[in-house]
Amino acid sequence: MEYQTIYLILAGIFGLFMAWGIGANDVANAMATSVGSKALTIKQAILIAAIFEFAGAVLAGGEVTSTIRKGIVDADSLAGTPELLIFGMLASLLAAGLWLLIASKKGWPVSTTHSIVGAVVGFAAVGLGMEAVHWEKVGKIVMSWVISPLTSGIIAFLIFQSVQYLILRQKDPLAKAKKWVPMYMFFTAFILTLVTIKKGLKHVGLHISNNEAYLYASVIGALVAIIGAVVIARIKPDPDKDKDFHFYTVEKVFAVLMIVTASGLAFAHGSNDVANAVGPVAAVVSTAKTGLVGSKAPLESWVLLLGGIGIVIGLATYGRRVIATVGEKITHLTPSRGFAAELAASSTIVVASATGMPISTTHTLVGAVLGVGMARGLSAINMNVVRGIFTSWLVTIPAGAALSIVFFYLFKAIFSH
Amino acid sequence: MKTLITELLGRSPVAPLQEHIKTVYQCACQLPKLVRAANAGDWDTAEKIHETIASLENEADRLKFQIRSNLPKSLFMPVPRQDLLELVLVQDKIANITRDVSGIIVGRKMRFPDVIRDDHERFVDLCIQAVDQAVQSVNELDELYETGFRGAEVELVEKMIRTLDETESKTDRLQSQIRHKLFAIEDDLPPVHVMFLYIVIEKTGGIADMAERVGRRLELLLAK
Repeated sequence: MEYQTIYLILAGIFGLFMAWGIGANDVANAMATSVGSKALTIKQAILIAAIFEFAGAVLAGGEVTSTIRKGIVDADSLAGTPELLIFGMLASLLAAGLWLLIASKKGWPVSTTHSIVGAVVGFAAVGLGMEAVHWEKVGKIVMSWVISPLTSGIIAFLIFQSVQYLILRQKDPLAKAKKWVPMYMFFTAFILTLVTIKKGLKHVGLHISNNEAYLYASVIGALVAIIGAVVIARIKPDPDKDKDFHFYTVEKVFAVLMIVTASGLAFAHGSNDVANAVGPVAAVVSTAKTGLVGSKAPLESWVLLLGGIGIVIGLATYGRRVIATVGEKITHLTPSRGFAAELAASSTIVVASATGMPISTTHTLVGAVLGVGMARGLSAINMNVVRGIFTSWLVTIPAGAALSIVFFYLFKAIFSH
Repeated sequence: MKTLITELLGRSPVAPLQEHIKTVYQCACQLPKLVRAANAGDWDTAEKIHETIASLENEADRLKFQIRSNLPKSLFMPVPRQDLLELVLVQDKIANITRDVSGIIVGRKMRFPDVIRDDHERFVDLCIQAVDQAVQSVNELDELYETGFRGAEVELVEKMIRTLDETESKTDRLQSQIRHKLFAIEDDLPPVHVMFLYIVIEKTGGIADMAERVGRRLELLLAK
């Protein structure tokens, strides 16, 4: 292949740019719920995000990456012209990255996932022909965009109801919190580990049996719960700030739990959203190196690394500011609420990651927050936002598609002769 | 910086409501001092206190409008929006009545007859105590939101509201005693003065009534 090196370099740069955007906006949004509720400082949030995003991407990001890489575009239709796939994937990265840049400058709440899926579908449908798109798969992806916020909303509703029933409405909420919060920690660590082991690790080359999976997940869950319980036991009531039921101190107990769920959310986010940057890069890399479309070559590890690094840079440069401002504005999302939303969102997201569905993590989190609100957990929720989400769908998908079509023909004109 | 999450979480009305009733309480708190200054004939002090009352009442009005404009219909809340709006309205009336009473006392250089002076001062104190108890119940609002208006916290607030009711009943009894005493001496006083004494007593009692209605409104929030 003629321009192999140039393709690789371009893919690296665009992928890094896209990952930077994800780190700057999406991750920041997810971590801000913890900073806003004072469960974490900004520094701690960035550190946790960096570690767990990275782990999520590497350990559980394989399925979604492969969907973006080869699930949407029909490889057979490109067998004779591998360059077209390279142009298309480069165009998609550039289009989605650019669109995200414009949107975040304007303050529009757009989804990275929708941008990249719109872009890939766009170049394939117009540049390669309608039959080059796996419409059945695209249909499933779009369905998952509706199902994921709904599911996480329902889960959040149920989790928060259980918190109300088991802890907040009791006569001794503080004692009850100390008793039940480690259970929620166990549940969080258990579910994330289980899904990762069962679905994610095969991409890293590890094969673990079902029984072993349950065993390992239980062990990790128990470890997290025990450490949590030790930390919680040290929390003493604050007579200055507490009223009769010690809710101030109860929230401090939940804040410890929120560190766990925030890590879980970062992990889940990494497992799903890193694919948006890494998937197209992986497609370019394997095609450019082998000259074959849809080759069975495994994901090269430096590609995932690139995604991880990009996210961390995005977090450190721009995401910091997003976390600070978002965190400041949502201070009344207390830990007892925030954890329910984060736990619901992260379980939904990891299941989506395991089944290879690229979903919007932000929309899933919004669904979860709405669920907590429906359980009478939040003093005021702005329902206009739901309308805003539908608008952003209607705009982002065509915008991503249109931009990527333009870039596709541009690359084709530059590199073909 | 706008993001979905910041947009989603509307501003909680709890802190502004508590801020409002705090201002109302500061306003009402001036009344006992004003009554004592007036009875002592210290009109300079009384004038100053009246100014304080007027400016606090304005401040409460401002907060009231702010709360209203921050509660758009698009908000989804665990309690009906209408109930919160009515709560702030009742809270605000406490400040309005306080200003009316202090206006009449200062404007007419009104002093209370010796026979009812002590009882009246006690009566004013008791009315303000009712307001104080109303403030305490409203201060439990954030705890109520924390529990979703159910469970053990609700029982605590119900108890506070019962105490408030008892205080209000005490003011009613005291008010009728004062009226009786005033009735006995009213023929010896200038008729217009007597008229306004009755009005001031009536209105002062209204402060405790409004405090009790704050409790009633809170109770409505609990019942749902």
